[in-house]
Amino acid sequence: MAPVSRTYLDHAATTPLVAAAIEAMAAQWGTVGNPSSLHASGRAARRVMEESREQVAELLGARPAEVIFTSGGTEADNLAVKGAYGARARPQGRRRVVVSSTEHHAVLDPARWLGSSAGADVTEIGVDPVGRVDLDALSRIVDDRTAVVSILWANNEIGTVQPVPEIAEIAHRAGAWAHSDAVQAVGHLPVDFAASGLDLMTVTAHKLGGPVGVGALLARRDIGLEPVQHGGGQERDVRSGTLDVAGAAGFAAALAIAIASQAAERERLESLRAGLVTAVLAAAPDAVVHGPSDPDERLPGVLNVELPGCSADALLLLLDAAGIDCSTGSACTAGVAEPSHVLLALGRTERQAGSALRFSLGHTSSQADVDALAVALPEVLTRSRAFGGVVG
Amino acid sequence: MRVLAAMSGGVDSAVAAARAVEAGHDVTGVHLALSKNPQSYRTGARGCCSKEDAHDARRAADVLGIPFYVWDLSDEFAADVVDDFVAEYAAGRTPNPCLRCNEKIKFAAVLQRGITLGFDAVCTGHYARLTSGPEGIEMHRAADTDKDQSYVLGVLTQDQLAHALFPLGDSLKSEVRAEAERRGLAVADKPDSHDICFIADGDTAGFLDRRLGSRPGPIADTDGTTIGQHDGTHHYTVGQRKGLRIGTPAADGRPRYVLDISPVTNTVTVGPREALLVREISGIRPTWTDRPVVGPWRGQVQVRAHGEPVTAEIAYAGDRVVARLDEPIAGVAAGQALVSYRGSQVVGSATISETVS
Repeated sequence: MAPVSRTYLDHAATTPLVAAAIEAMAAQWGTVGNPSSLHASGRAARRVMEESREQVAELLGARPAEVIFTSGGTEADNLAVKGAYGARARPQGRRRVVVSSTEHHAVLDPARWLGSSAGADVTEIGVDPVGRVDLDALSRIVDDRTAVVSILWANNEIGTVQPVPEIAEIAHRAGAWAHSDAVQAVGHLPVDFAASGLDLMTVTAHKLGGPVGVGALLARRDIGLEPVQHGGGQERDVRSGTLDVAGAAGFAAALAIAIASQAAERERLESLRAGLVTAVLAAAPDAVVHGPSDPDERLPGVLNVELPGCSADALLLLLDAAGIDCSTGSACTAGVAEPSHVLLALGRTERQAGSALRFSLGHTSSQADVDALAVALPEVLTRSRAFGGVVG
Repeated sequence: MRVLAAMSGGVDSAVAAARAVEAGHDVTGVHLALSKNPQSYRTGARGCCSKEDAHDARRAADVLGIPFYVWDLSDEFAADVVDDFVAEYAAGRTPNPCLRCNEKIKFAAVLQRGITLGFDAVCTGHYARLTSGPEGIEMHRAADTDKDQSYVLGVLTQDQLAHALFPLGDSLKSEVRAEAERRGLAVADKPDSHDICFIADGDTAGFLDRRLGSRPGPIADTDGTTIGQHDGTHHYTVGQRKGLRIGTPAADGRPRYVLDISPVTNTVTVGPREALLVREISGIRPTWTDRPVVGPWRGQVQVRAHGEPVTAEIAYAGDRVVARLDEPIAGVAAGQALVSYRGSQVVGSATISETVS
């Protein structure tokens, strides 16, 4: 309903398509051809797919053969975690899976599922109060029985950036594979697969201005993943299924723009974020800002704040009514707002976590968004506190 | 007005919300997640508030073009409705949880939340009529006498009614379903939920067994002679005839009925139908739709959700309402509501505490 006048501050959830992505996709929609078909129409589609692959690889510091296209970030995370475990648990006796307690559910849930259904020994490493993984604890846990270590490059809820090369090194010392979900990092921070030391890395198009429905798992060629999706043998037999050629083209186009503008965007978003912080603290001097305060240690566009005395139910309804789209924690299937597991992992109580909001900026964000929030917040907070008073 | 429409996922609350929108109100839909462990899909017609119900409510809100949220009130519901339900049975009474839900959740917890958020009223799909009378807001029975829910709303006060909206009060259920269909609400065909919403399989005895355990005790006749054994007084309600596991038939061969349930002695007393008849009913903790009516005055009382109203002389003194019935009635259970009416108008409600034959 009425997208025109809304203040969109939920870019970490998804972000508008960039024009170049729309053009690249539209150019494909009128064509026909399955990239697996051997005839001319198929080869034409295949060519677009491979050119997209080469472009994605180059932009991310990877080789084309290292790019496995998927339907998005969740599928890529599942393939990384389950694929690594499947390849190493029985053949190599490596049944341990190590993740952080603040991972996105697309990593956490497959890991936990392996724990409950496939005999994996899953360890969730704790984080410090601003979300940084404890590297000493990690070194102690990652051993020669560890199949894979998976740690988010940058946290989607609080923005904390992890020291990925150090983590990869810890993993390799023990012969474990290192995976990182870099979905939020790409386009906002410098991300180079080769330089990172990672064996596996997840990226997705729709966080960058590309379409929903396409992403990639970057995997070093000597990493033999057990497939999750079997079928026609596409993507080097690792991920079967007909891929969205138009989507891949859109992905590549959006990625090109995101990488090219990354440095400038980082500065621009950081400045807008500072404006959001000012607006929030003006309306709620007792607000608690989560994540590292050093801009080098966090995403430039994510701001997670706790508003004491307010409840998510009230904040959501009131901000919504004020035309502001932002995140009030994750929602379960029924739609009930639930406190963020990331905030709980930082040591916040359920009540505190239940009073948190995440604002996230993106390529269409502007000062007008910051101003709109500044105008709306005071009344939103007054009513939210009153609501918090009656719910107890 | 800014209206908060409670949407259960059923056809009544969907049409009620639709009418509020059509009346020009600024409506927001909210689904109340009341269950501590909701099932994904609704199993048949019983129970409520599965994830499927939340989905149905969401889709109705989409059709109406209104904002929609899901609020988790399962803690409040567990404490105020479910625990109260169990405690009442443990105390030998027969509670009506829908009444408690209206009193404590829908027109209290939800209403309070709504008011802090700037809403003027809570709208539901209840069948009851509100009118403006010379003294204030009046609540009357609904046009559809089969669906009339004034009995379970009788516990609401003037202040609560001032913030309530019941758009279905003048309609028949059949009209409401037809309207849902016309409006393109997919729930037009959805069967009504009945029985108790938090006992999805309809097995109240089983639910109470799990909460209260088995507490065997004697079944006695009016002389006090033990004539059988029960597994828990919570399996019985006054007026019940079936399910009395008594080995021997009565001396006169006629059916026996539960006359009394005493949690103190853990005894269920049974006897002939005549012993069930009561002429006087007392109710405690009265609530009044408008102001307390001391009386004595003549009106009608209703003692169970779809029971026949009976004429009585009603008086209020001390902390209790006493109704002296013109004609005796059978099967009046403590814990149910004694709702008094002046014609179609609700006067007040009280919790039945005692009866006199």
